[in-house]
Amino acid sequence: METMNRTRELQDHVRAAFNDKTALKIVGGNTKHFYGNKSNAKKTNVIETRIHQGIISYEPSELVITARAGTPLKEIEALLAENNQMLPFDPPHFGEHATLGGAIATGLSGSRRPFTGSARDFVLGSKIISGKGDVMSFGGQVMKNVAGYDVSRLMVGALGTLGLLLEISIKVLPKPNTEATQVIAMSQQDALITMHKLNQTSLPLSALTYENEKLYVRLSGALSAVTSAQKKVGGETLLHAEKLWQEINEQTFSFFTESNNKPLWRLSVPYIANIDLNENSLIDWAGALYWIHSDKKAEEIQQHAIEQGGSAMLFRTHQVKAEKNAQDCFMPLPAKIKQLHVNLKMRFDPRGILNYGRLYSDL
Amino acid sequence: MRYHCRMTRATKDNRKSLRKQLHQVLPKTCILETPEQTIPYESDGLTAYQQKPWMVVLPESIEQVQTIIRLCHKEGVPVVARGAGTGLSGGALPLANGLLLSLAKFNRILDINPANRSATVEPGVRNLAISEAVEKFNLYYAPDPSSQIACTIGGNVAENAGGVHCLKYGLTVHNILQLKIITIDGELITIGSQALDTPGYDLLALMTGSEGMLGIIVEVIVKLLPRPEQAQVILAAFDDVVKAGEAVGAIIAEGIIPAGLEMMDNPAICAAEDYAHAGYPVDAEAILLCELDGTNEEVTEQIQFVENLLTQKGATSLRTSQNTAERLKLWLGRKSAFPAVGRISPDYYCMDGTIPRHQLPFILQKISDLSKEYNLLVANVFHAGDGNLHPLILYDANIEGELERTEEFGGKILELCVKAGGTITGEHGVGKEKIDQMCVQFKSLELQIFHDIKHSFDPQELLNPGKAVPTLHRCAELGGMHVHDGLLPHPELERF
Ligand SMILES: Cc1cc2nc3c(=O)[nH]c(=O)nc-3n(C[C@H](O)[C@H](O)[C@H](O)COP(=O)(O)OP(=O)(O)OC[C@H]3O[C@@H](n4cnc5c(N)ncnc54)[C@H](O)[C@@H]3O)c2cc1C
Repeated sequence: METMNRTRELQDHVRAAFNDKTALKIVGGNTKHFYGNKSNAKKTNVIETRIHQGIISYEPSELVITARAGTPLKEIEALLAENNQMLPFDPPHFGEHATLGGAIATGLSGSRRPFTGSARDFVLGSKIISGKGDVMSFGGQVMKNVAGYDVSRLMVGALGTLGLLLEISIKVLPKPNTEATQVIAMSQQDALITMHKLNQTSLPLSALTYENEKLYVRLSGALSAVTSAQKKVGGETLLHAEKLWQEINEQTFSFFTESNNKPLWRLSVPYIANIDLNENSLIDWAGALYWIHSDKKAEEIQQHAIEQGGSAMLFRTHQVKAEKNAQDCFMPLPAKIKQLHVNLKMRFDPRGILNYGRLYSDL
Repeated sequence: MRYHCRMTRATKDNRKSLRKQLHQVLPKTCILETPEQTIPYESDGLTAYQQKPWMVVLPESIEQVQTIIRLCHKEGVPVVARGAGTGLSGGALPLANGLLLSLAKFNRILDINPANRSATVEPGVRNLAISEAVEKFNLYYAPDPSSQIACTIGGNVAENAGGVHCLKYGLTVHNILQLKIITIDGELITIGSQALDTPGYDLLALMTGSEGMLGIIVEVIVKLLPRPEQAQVILAAFDDVVKAGEAVGAIIAEGIIPAGLEMMDNPAICAAEDYAHAGYPVDAEAILLCELDGTNEEVTEQIQFVENLLTQKGATSLRTSQNTAERLKLWLGRKSAFPAVGRISPDYYCMDGTIPRHQLPFILQKISDLSKEYNLLVANVFHAGDGNLHPLILYDANIEGELERTEEFGGKILELCVKAGGTITGEHGVGKEKIDQMCVQFKSLELQIFHDIKHSFDPQELLNPGKAVPTLHRCAELGGMHVHDGLLPHPELERF
């Protein structure tokens, strides 16, 4: 296993940037460059985490893996698979070189999320470099830890704006013995009702996803449990289901590729939300996540999401940079919450050098 | 120096003025002031620490909490929030010069939404009351601290409480969706949402386990889970604690995540059996309680598998619950372990370290050595699945010096946990109790960022000051006591 411990090099890089106030763009595998705002800093300097890679420790019976942030996700997943384990939150790769750091900084989770948990749920500890160039460690390698504030989870989804991730400890889970996917043809209305019903049962669900008149129900667990659940759920058993889930997660599924050049929106809403934007959508997370291609105005989409108790973000767009940057990709925050964000940013990164503007244009 | 503790900033005049204003805005029944009235609040579950509060308020509405907090903010008087006061780290320990804000009257379940698998509750609702209220929908709230009949959801969020089922279903942080918080300037803010993801930083994670230091929780939306179709628990006896520990690792290595996986050693078994009559084998050196849940088929399959595995790993006897009553009875012994130990000893001190599981033999050996050294008995109760130890040190506070020796012993156990790659607290929080061990666990840089986080929310340190995070000076003063490998932990600070 190739390991490259370049903490010092990265730390010197951040310190130098701190001293001459250079904005740093943190790049791992560069597979999620499209996610979030484009940096609006004038003088930007790229800092690459891929020089800092390698699995530091992994003990399957402890259910914990610790790796450097620049470690390729596929290396981690391959090692876990050898031991019949997995990253339980299905992080999308969006490219061959995706790193662990990128997965955690974006905090994205796949279809399994309502049933097993999200990226932040599985983060146990982290080592970071702050915007001042300080190396700090939080949390640890144990499942339960309430010493100090939960800074490790605060890093998840922060897009590197509070710290450059150096190392991350993650709880892993055994791979389910058996997985099967049932497909049931039905309308969106019926699919939502079915999803809500199933979501209140104790069936061994691991995905409830709807697209183009089809409800996909993935079941995971002991063979006997999956077999009996298949009967209860009904529909047809999908062959080669793994490919479907892979395509949905990696957005290579036809829904995502046939966008007609419309921007892709991601709506995170309550399970019971009633999203009606009159656009083509893929519904995941048992009704709690909508992917929508739409060139409607951002305000309209976001307002609809708010009314339904959720939020909307512009996930991908073909628009050029200037246009995209006219507005934050993420929904505006209420004033007091924004103030808390600014306060935290000031403490972790007082000169605003870490991925400035990537999450919100003023963070 | 910015690290100086500012908790005594409020003067007598400030308090006088605050008192007058509180009497104007709150009904009489919401204020407790006489010593007889305030005495019940002088301790939380860690009764070794006592401090009568200057004054207790029991508001009845969010608006009242806002008013109270605004007034405290204006007068610079510190506030300590309190749920049920079952905390075991002195987190809700009052301040002599501060207000104690009890959330006891916020005890209503506001909404149950089965289709969204969520319930909206006030912070003073008892943990168990939630599961009881949603039972008719075949749902439950997963985190189940042993104190669940008494402790409140607000206190659970503030401590990130766990329970015997958190190995599979997670801690409080994994089981809440949204909080409403009153910030120190009296604003009501919403953190998280009814959706699974919320834009911005994960303030929900930051608030969870923040021990009342960042804001007052006035409403919680919890996630609910469907009740599993089937649940069975296996009681396995071992003639050696190390064998029991190895069996735990073996179960997990086989790809099984039990709903609960608990271990008790002989003194704990005897105390629990005497108290709960759960049928525990009192001659065993250790027992494991392994609960498996899921669909009928799955549980049947896994129970058989785990029974075989436990036998292979040296279990001397096995008993598997055949119905709900039996299952609950087996758990009762474990869940009442603390009060049970309380019956066999005048006092006990509950520790809460967490270790990587494979370090169990090392830690148990060390605890046993220390037990001899300090001449104090220990009963071990252990959330084995996730490495969370609860050694209970038995002592008698009436014997002079015994409490001090107990605390010293406890402190050593926590330092051992850190040394073994673990942490000083898995679920009970730092509070007042473990503040010195924080200096062992963290370096100055991290402690400073904790203070920075605190100041991002509460710049004047009015919310539960003096808890959870030690000042760097305190650590520096202690530094001399904690020399590791000849290195002082905070060399950058002056000693005095
Ligand atoms: C017998 C026994 C068994 C226990 N078993 C477990 C266990 O299995 N797992 C576990 O995790 N814990 C356990 N505990 C510890 C304790 O029950 C938990 O820490 C619980 O979460 C505390 O809840 P509470 O309502 O009593 O809070 P309190 O003790 O009143 O307060 C705890 C902390 O929360 C803060 N707080 C309370 N309410 C609010 C609010 N509304 N807003 C902001 N801050 C607030 C307080 O300031 C304090 O810092 C046990 C305790 C006992 C006595």
